[in-house]
Amino acid sequence: MTNAIKLVALALVAIFAAIAANYARDLAYMVNMLVVMLAASVTFIYTLRKTDEDRDLRDLSGEYMDGVVRYGVIATAFWGVVGFLAGVFIAFQLAFPVLNFDWAQGYLNFGRLRPLHTSAVIFAFGGNALIATSFYVVQRTSAARLWGGGLGWFVFWGYNLFIVMAALSYVLGGSQSKEYAEPEWYVDLWLTIVWVAYLAVFLGTIIKRKEPHIYVANWFYLSFIVTIAMLHVVNNLVIPVSIFGGKSVQVMAGVQDAMTQWWYGHNAVGFFLTAGFLGMMYYFIPKRAEKPVYSYKLSIIHFWALIFLYIWAGPHHLHYTALPDWASTLGMVFSIILWMPSWGGMINGLMTLSGAWDKLRTDPVIRMMVIAVGFYGMSTFEGPMMSIRAVNSLSHYTDWTIGHVHSGALGWNGMITFGALYYLVPKLWNRKEVYSLSMVSWHFWLATIGIVLYAASMWVTGIMEGLMWREVDANGFLVNSFADTVAAKFPMYVVRGLGGVMYLAGAIVMCLNLWLTVKKQPAEKTVHGLVPAE
Amino acid sequence: MSDDLKQKHGTTGHSWDGIEELNTPLPRWWLWTFYACIVWGVIYTVMYPAWPLVNQATSGVLGFSTRAQVAERIAEVEAANAGINEQLASVELTEIAGDPELNQYAVSAGASVFQTWCAQCHGSGAAGAVGYPNLLDDDWLWGGSIEDIHYTVTHGIRNEDDWDARYSAMPAFGRDELLTDEEIDSVVNYVMSLSGEPRDASLVEAGAEVFEYNCVSCHMENGTGDREQGAPNLTDAIWLYGGDYETIHETVENARFGVMPNWGERLSEAQIRAVATYVHQLGGGE
Repeated sequence: MTNAIKLVALALVAIFAAIAANYARDLAYMVNMLVVMLAASVTFIYTLRKTDEDRDLRDLSGEYMDGVVRYGVIATAFWGVVGFLAGVFIAFQLAFPVLNFDWAQGYLNFGRLRPLHTSAVIFAFGGNALIATSFYVVQRTSAARLWGGGLGWFVFWGYNLFIVMAALSYVLGGSQSKEYAEPEWYVDLWLTIVWVAYLAVFLGTIIKRKEPHIYVANWFYLSFIVTIAMLHVVNNLVIPVSIFGGKSVQVMAGVQDAMTQWWYGHNAVGFFLTAGFLGMMYYFIPKRAEKPVYSYKLSIIHFWALIFLYIWAGPHHLHYTALPDWASTLGMVFSIILWMPSWGGMINGLMTLSGAWDKLRTDPVIRMMVIAVGFYGMSTFEGPMMSIRAVNSLSHYTDWTIGHVHSGALGWNGMITFGALYYLVPKLWNRKEVYSLSMVSWHFWLATIGIVLYAASMWVTGIMEGLMWREVDANGFLVNSFADTVAAKFPMYVVRGLGGVMYLAGAIVMCLNLWLTVKKQPAEKTVHGLVPAE
Repeated sequence: MSDDLKQKHGTTGHSWDGIEELNTPLPRWWLWTFYACIVWGVIYTVMYPAWPLVNQATSGVLGFSTRAQVAERIAEVEAANAGINEQLASVELTEIAGDPELNQYAVSAGASVFQTWCAQCHGSGAAGAVGYPNLLDDDWLWGGSIEDIHYTVTHGIRNEDDWDARYSAMPAFGRDELLTDEEIDSVVNYVMSLSGEPRDASLVEAGAEVFEYNCVSCHMENGTGDREQGAPNLTDAIWLYGGDYETIHETVENARFGVMPNWGERLSEAQIRAVATYVHQLGGGE
């Protein structure tokens, strides 16, 4: 019966998508509707072929649902490499503009590939990592199977469909031109549906947990899911021009729109890239180090302080603009007060290793997690500093911002995710340990040196161009033209690109290592059942 | 050490998938730094514009305003340069170069104007680009004296917003069917021969005839051009759009219509004189 309803729904979706593709007013919309049609058709055939099979009537409630996590891990590794590759390519496009090939204008030039890179690393790599780890962690720490039956699978496939549609849009020119919120209204709507399903699965699992208390990692994951839902909906309030086209009109205009965008943008950093990944840290570091979390009190205080303060910090992206001074002051003040709550997470992560510091020598996975926390601490110091108006007047619009973002993204988000993947793959495929710890070590050094090259070169160019922009002669006249500053940055752009190459190389070593883990390591016998609370 | 911590502070008594949490108190330094940040935040929001009220936000006891800051800084620089700006705007244009102090000021002010408004087309080094004249050489379309440059900057070129803009239009000989394909082919070869080698030498003679009947009224009989009409010199091997057969053919076929804004509308007289002086002293000034 449910299959019949499913088949009807899928058939309708496929037909409507075909109609929409036929009437499409722009290329991105048409291609995406064809993708939807294809996805619905494939799911239709899959469902149809399964209809006559015997239903699996075993009671699975005593087992974790790990299939979807395994897929999530593979997607994370895949999108990671795609995103890093796009990043390396656009870094070299900036250094050598000739790489904006004439034959690919309008498709593969920097302006089209830049959102592809940011979305691939943040939403595809980071998002899949967050969904996969949150599904893994919430089951273990709640001693409960994922709620919602197949809904977890819907979240995984639905989210990745969103990513494919977004990526195709950017290359084909479908963008609403909001940083980190480029997808157009129909893609946004789809993500909203997927996200609500994600919230339901996560919350449902927490509600049916067998542990008396909710583990700290789950607070962070939950705050991330809830806040991203709110940010996504408000920042994408638009009126479509036509239901058969991607273009739309923003509901908010001018500085209100700018403020909403950076309220969204900064909290994408705060909740997607910070809170969510702190959830990851709070599970995988104590597990890998086999040590208790350093301080429960610190975790609860820094959690609530972080959640309360982050949401106000957005205006620091709009210092010295049309934004009123009062809003800019508040953004800066909340950013600085946020410094200690951010560091609370760093302290809890690092101090959990008390008594296990020797593992830094022997276990490169722990080393990876520790340097991630280190970069987290560094970026969350640098961020508040850059939010100070006087500092911002130098750093704003320069490459310093790019360097800051990447020390956070490559150092914190990337490294903690790599650590989690090295932990997860042996567990999920029943292997004792990853294939090669020395390959992990290679990955660690490639990535670390890559980040250092990246961040250092961007500090140099950022501060240099900031100083060049404001340089005036004795009569108060500007000395440099914008093009002079661009030309001066060339050598550092090459260094940055090389840093990216190293980081990408590390990720490829990781993929190879994880693949060999599954392929070559002997399988272990493990108990699948849930471990109830004591 | 964590075993010490465990004995010292104990755990919360729960275990999730084997993870326990210690009851370690908040690190003192962390807590006090956090408090200090909050106290600083409260004081800062009293000093600076911060809290939104019903009709407007608190303005802060220091009276800080970013807009006022910018206005103040601009006023400062303007006040400092007021005297010399007035002098620059009122002296005879030709006298600027003779006054070392005024000249030096005009050149540095002009460089800044140029970097901001002109570099987009003429390049930050003023060497131009395809379709945008090089300002470093002595080949001028509309004249290279300080007065000529000043006039061009003030009124622009082929600019519909300014009746005094420099204006001329070359006919699109091919598109408007003023010349046949053969005639264009030959005249292009003739033009190429003026400063170099034609593609097809046998057509040069025929091209000379076409040139004589169609081009000399602007480009002059010997092809040296006419600055009154902005007609380029065709004999000096300096090309705005390119001197190869295809590019010249395109020019004759469809004509060109390069434009420049009338800066008189956006810049002050002193700024225009400054940038004219700057361009004039780059190398080709007359």
